[in-house]
Amino acid sequence: MTDPDILVVGGGLHGLSAALHLARTGRRVRVLEARQVAAQASGYSAGGVRTLGRHIAEVPLALEAIARWHRIADLVGDGCGFHAAGQVRVAETQAELARLSERVARLRAEGWAHEELADAATVRRLLPAVAPHVVGGIVTRRDGFAAPLRTTLAFARAARAAGAEIAEDARVTTVERRAGLWQLRTREGDLHAAPLLLNAAGAWGGRIARAAGEPIPLGFNAFQMLLTDALPPFLAPVVGAAGRPLSFKQSETGHVMIGGGHKGHANLDTGDVRLDVPRLAYSARTALDLFPILRDARIVHAWAGIEGVTPDELPVIGRSAVADGLVHAFGFSGHGFALAPLVGEIAADLLLDGVSRHPIAAFGPARFGQPGAVSETRSALLQPAG
Amino acid sequence: MIYDLAIVGAGPAGMAAGIEAAALGLSVTVLDEQPAPGGQVFRAVEAASGDAALAGEFRDAGGALAAAFRAVRGIAYRPQTTLWHLDPEAGLLSVVSGGATAEIQARRILLATGAQERPVPIAGWTLPGVMSAGAAQILLKTAGAVPDGSVVIAGQGPLCWLLAVQLLRAGVERLTLLETGSGGAFRDALRAGGLWTGRKLLAKGLALMRETRARGLRVVRNVRDLRAEGDGRIRTVRWRQGSRDHALACDTLLLHEGVIPSTHITRALGLDHDWDARQLCWRPRLDRWGATSHANVAVAGDGGGIGGWEAAAAGGRLAAIDAAHRLGRFDAAVRETRAADASKARHAALALRPFLDRLYRPGPGVLAPTDDTIVCRCEEITAGQIRDAARLGAAGPNQVKAYLRAGMGPCQGRMCGTVVAGLIAETRGTSMESVGALRPRAPFKPMTVGELANQRPDAIPELTA
Repeated sequence: MTDPDILVVGGGLHGLSAALHLARTGRRVRVLEARQVAAQASGYSAGGVRTLGRHIAEVPLALEAIARWHRIADLVGDGCGFHAAGQVRVAETQAELARLSERVARLRAEGWAHEELADAATVRRLLPAVAPHVVGGIVTRRDGFAAPLRTTLAFARAARAAGAEIAEDARVTTVERRAGLWQLRTREGDLHAAPLLLNAAGAWGGRIARAAGEPIPLGFNAFQMLLTDALPPFLAPVVGAAGRPLSFKQSETGHVMIGGGHKGHANLDTGDVRLDVPRLAYSARTALDLFPILRDARIVHAWAGIEGVTPDELPVIGRSAVADGLVHAFGFSGHGFALAPLVGEIAADLLLDGVSRHPIAAFGPARFGQPGAVSETRSALLQPAG
Repeated sequence: MIYDLAIVGAGPAGMAAGIEAAALGLSVTVLDEQPAPGGQVFRAVEAASGDAALAGEFRDAGGALAAAFRAVRGIAYRPQTTLWHLDPEAGLLSVVSGGATAEIQARRILLATGAQERPVPIAGWTLPGVMSAGAAQILLKTAGAVPDGSVVIAGQGPLCWLLAVQLLRAGVERLTLLETGSGGAFRDALRAGGLWTGRKLLAKGLALMRETRARGLRVVRNVRDLRAEGDGRIRTVRWRQGSRDHALACDTLLLHEGVIPSTHITRALGLDHDWDARQLCWRPRLDRWGATSHANVAVAGDGGGIGGWEAAAAGGRLAAIDAAHRLGRFDAAVRETRAADASKARHAALALRPFLDRLYRPGPGVLAPTDDTIVCRCEEITAGQIRDAARLGAAGPNQVKAYLRAGMGPCQGRMCGTVVAGLIAETRGTSMESVGALRPRAPFKPMTVGELANQRPDAIPELTA
């Protein structure tokens, strides 16, 4: 086994996308994954691929990423289950519609036209089963959804084919910088060393950063999701709500996935998650309010996936402020899946050239200043997972 | 209120545990999916009291246990109640009953969820007219339904013989038993011993076999490569015996390869399990009281390992005694004294088990169906698709579920979970332990969006950790 040029911590979608881009430049890459590829959020994501509703700082990345999703097979040799079915965010009151209208106007002023304001009739045409009280919404026609595990495994296969090594069951326990090398030791006692290091450890990214001497505040959430039995097709786009947490879609196979950010309980040490039944019930109520057709649909699965969340709910993407040869890409706060085809390239460029041609200033690791006591729990997000 | 003990399941283990726990002064609730106590083995036993085809141990012993359970005052018995989520840390049982949801709180939880039939994925097993032997027995016990025409029981295990007797007594005229066990199993089984201690049970089995012969059962041994064929429903069953192919016209095919512990809930809770390489199933890791790897949860009965109803009832009593001890009612010495009878009863009931486990050892084929065989019935996923997914990188049944939706249907992987794991282990050349068990998700049984939404509190709980 030759020594790698780059070590990547985390065999999730972002780490694997970076490994793919790095390996295709001819560099030797080794990914260290604590469990198995896609064991955490990458396998449990709702799979939403959206530009809709993005924070202004994320819009350029989301637009670039969506272009790549439309030709994802060129990148990884697999369609990843991507469907450009569009996304709709519905307003249930006139006040909500006014807020959506302001948002669309603000985006136009910045030169972005991907979000369209839609009246009630347009929304009903896109979503024939939506409840009658919906007054309008925002539509993004090039958005859609993909199959998260299939996507992550496709990136893993493509990375391996390009020459990357992926070591599973390799949980990193110590991180040291010595003589110009990052030296990482795993729980089994194996030592891995390389001049360059990418921290793509997801909800565990804060721990890796701290071990590397750079405390970055990171909490986590256990996003709860519900899946129903297969129903006759009634919905094509992914649906969110302006006023309450919801992420709602029907797959090609007819199953309906209901997510939306109501969190369960999780333990970062064991990776275990537990459902919070009252909050799960609230998600069911929200879905039912907007799609009464669901009343008798059978729920076959409810689960939660652990996802890292930063204080400003924006990811950490950038070079370390304190150490050489270290780049971070973690803390995607429930909306990183869609960005992965691009973030891998950005991380690769940061590692190899020190800069990226994409605007990432808002995501710098130093933006939180010197953090005090780092808390690993925080309130639930009102942003849809995926 | 907070119960001392919540018991899930009102079969022999659950009934016996409830009776014992109430006698020890614990507050007890027993929830069960069925409309009446009995579990699978004594299903609808109270209603069957007058049915001659079901006479014998079923009616007498089962009826007595159900009557004793009914007679105990102070057990909050909740029939037609389904557990769909369990939070053992908080002692919270989320249930659905009659379209409404509720939460029950308990200091200790005893899972007495029994056994399930081992799924037997053969080519054509999804055709109408093919069902499990257990399903046929349920139809017989609850509806008095008797299949017409040529009936074939295929597989192995004591239930095949019991069902054969019950079907013959109920008037089935053309009945064939295709036994899939291998020729060497009997000699191997004799080495396991226990025949003298288990002589009562053994005599019961031999009497069943004698009666089937007397009633004209045709038996074919050493059957393999079973297939069901037909257009729209089963018409023919095919098999190999030695080097020869055989076929038989068939209107109803009843498959059975023994029963396995129902580990759906214990696996969903992430409790420690061991792979039973002889019986090809998962078993929760238990101590002699039925305590699991979680401090608040115990298992009694066939859900912890197949032992039959007498062992289950004894195990239920032991778990109830241990619950009283853990809740501070008496010390460990008293626990031993009180457990003496039940321990002895369980020992006697389990004496024949090593013999039976070897005699009716399932062939490795039950975990390695042909590529064209549907493995996940809910989502119609074939063995070939699962092998392909394993080659593409899916390392365990949880990944195959996310990838192919195998195990994501209404049965929640009860039918396919272990077969999927077996196919992955075979394809990737690794062990069942390293592939791991399917981790089922709540709800343990499907519930509707409307039922779950009914649980919404007036105000959403505060969203803090």
